Amino acid sequence: MKHSSPQVEQTTPRRGAARRFRAASALPAALTALVVLAPTVLAQSAEQRGLEIAREADRRDTGFGDNRAELTMVLRNRHGEESTREMRSSTLEQTDDGDKSLVIFDRPRDVQGTAFLSYPHKAGSDDQWLYLPALKRVKRIASDNKSGPFMGSEFAYEDISSQEVEKYTYAFVEEADLDGTATFVVERYPVDEKSGYTKQVVWYDQAEYRVLQIEFYDRKDALLKTLVYRDYQQYLGQYWRANEMEMVNHQTGKSTVLLWRDYAFQTGVDDRDFDQNSLKRAR
Amino acid sequence: MNSRARLTSIAAFCIAALLTPQALEAQFQGRVGVEARAFPMDPLQPDGDRMHGSISFEPEWYKDFDRRRQRILLHAFVRIDANDPARTHFDIREAMWERIDRSWEIRIGLGLVFWGVTESQHLVDVINQTDLVENPDGEDKLGQPMINVTLIQGWGTLDVFLLPYFRERTYPGVAGRLRPPLVVDTDNPRYESAAGQTHLDLAVRWAHTLGEWDVGLSYFRGTNRDPLLVPTQGQAGPVLTPYYQQIDQLGLDLQRTFGGWLWKFESIVRQGESVPRYLAFTGGVEYTFVGALGSSMDVGVLTEYLYDSRGRAGSPFQNDIFLGSRVAFNDVRSTDMLVGAIIDYRSGETLFAVEGNRRVGTDWLLSVEARAFLANGSDTFASLRRDGYLQIELNRFF
Repeated sequence: MKHSSPQVEQTTPRRGAARRFRAASALPAALTALVVLAPTVLAQSAEQRGLEIAREADRRDTGFGDNRAELTMVLRNRHGEESTREMRSSTLEQTDDGDKSLVIFDRPRDVQGTAFLSYPHKAGSDDQWLYLPALKRVKRIASDNKSGPFMGSEFAYEDISSQEVEKYTYAFVEEADLDGTATFVVERYPVDEKSGYTKQVVWYDQAEYRVLQIEFYDRKDALLKTLVYRDYQQYLGQYWRANEMEMVNHQTGKSTVLLWRDYAFQTGVDDRDFDQNSLKRAR
Repeated sequence: MNSRARLTSIAAFCIAALLTPQALEAQFQGRVGVEARAFPMDPLQPDGDRMHGSISFEPEWYKDFDRRRQRILLHAFVRIDANDPARTHFDIREAMWERIDRSWEIRIGLGLVFWGVTESQHLVDVINQTDLVENPDGEDKLGQPMINVTLIQGWGTLDVFLLPYFRERTYPGVAGRLRPPLVVDTDNPRYESAAGQTHLDLAVRWAHTLGEWDVGLSYFRGTNRDPLLVPTQGQAGPVLTPYYQQIDQLGLDLQRTFGGWLWKFESIVRQGESVPRYLAFTGGVEYTFVGALGSSMDVGVLTEYLYDSRGRAGSPFQNDIFLGSRVAFNDVRSTDMLVGAIIDYRSGETLFAVEGNRRVGTDWLLSVEARAFLANGSDTFASLRRDGYLQIELNRFF
């Protein structure tokens, strides 16, 4: 594995490996082979468990269909000065690809009516379009902007786009307590070379597999940002959404808070509401 | 339109725009702006001004109904210019009824439609007339009366336009700048078609996205938006008379989007009874450096080649190179900048432009723009020779 770190190997669970040894003991030749391969098996096991946690989190959020919500984005600089943006976001679940999303800007007023349409893909680069109301123009934009800031905020495009399991490789780190909640800690490594990160450390709560916190490490492997999810609410008796997401940039001292409200699920939208024609009148 | 009628219609629209939103609880938005232009070069008229000032107002109103399957949209524009009466103008940019369904859309009214992908010029974009007096860059357009049917299918999007009324291009007046030495006589245009402004024009465009590629194929038959300017003896001396010919135009626009690259291409073939067939194209690339030089800026570099088979007589962009850069600072104030030059590398004549925007406070936008037409001797920009301006505009959005 490309990004495996010492930390990963130390915390590799032994149970799975031991079971393999027992099964193989009937065949001494195979045992010898496994002993030789043991370090690989151990690393794969951490990888496997990390992947399973990511898959389980994904599985629990499958089937929501579509949702929309309004959000306020509060940008703070290191002096505590704030500026806010208002936008509306809608998402259409895709069964075999990344979920389509549409973001419409309401404030600041000079960008009112600007709309951003994204088709994230499980493999390869995403498709993205921007509608510029002043020019009445739909622009297809280069998808290399993953690491770029979204609306001048501390969120990069890749932080807000659909988090597909396939976009990362994983390694389980440990079970840990986060502010009194039992969590799984999983490292994940972006597959895309254009990502702004070498790794992310994700805390999932063990009860619901919700993401509670993510640490982002930059291309130099230094801690760049921490994202904390707060005030989760459950919709349709299954799907959890955080009402507040706070991203703190440790290197610049800036932060961005996303405040979500008025979530609605299964609103009856379809692909037609997420195409280039609908982008023009998104408003 | 005489100035009294113009002012009456401006007043009527403003009153209507201000009254209706409360009455119908619809969306009302827009901007009001103040603009100053400084012209460092000598004016064509000895008593001409070097400083021009104007104000503009651009309200928009729309209402969705029938579970968002129908929309009515009104969008007007007015500018009052202290120096050039021809630039004091009013236009209804959009006044549209839309009906949207799963596989089709219908629009009836005045509308704005943009086609194309390239940066330096827009060859394929043919539906709307250019509001040239508003800005010499040709990006501002006049509302076009239309009936538009859109079909949305697996094989792409097909747009059909019936354009029953022609809008004449606007030009700076006698006191205006950025104009040819002879004034364009917009009061006495001539048409090739006997139907004049009421000639029914037709436009069709098929557009489709195929992976990394976006393709558009278009056809236009009707009155050329781009008039010939014919030197004529007017009542008060020589003028340029706009002559609008009938044309057929085939257009192709292509964009490939991959990684940080945009590959762009636009081409037209145009002909008519009085227009010998010619070919023009613009093609080039744009590459964006995300987080350039370790910053959070996006820096794009652009280059395009401009060709026109008519040569210098037909277009100033017959064999030119465009070089440019687009910078997005990705800051809280959404500062951005575009710098570019179209260079005829044989003659050296250059069209230079800078545009920048920065938000001030929450509802204000400060825009700076500079253009210069740099030419020497027997060039095709002679009409705009050695002219240029620096413009500062402050808009309040509501």
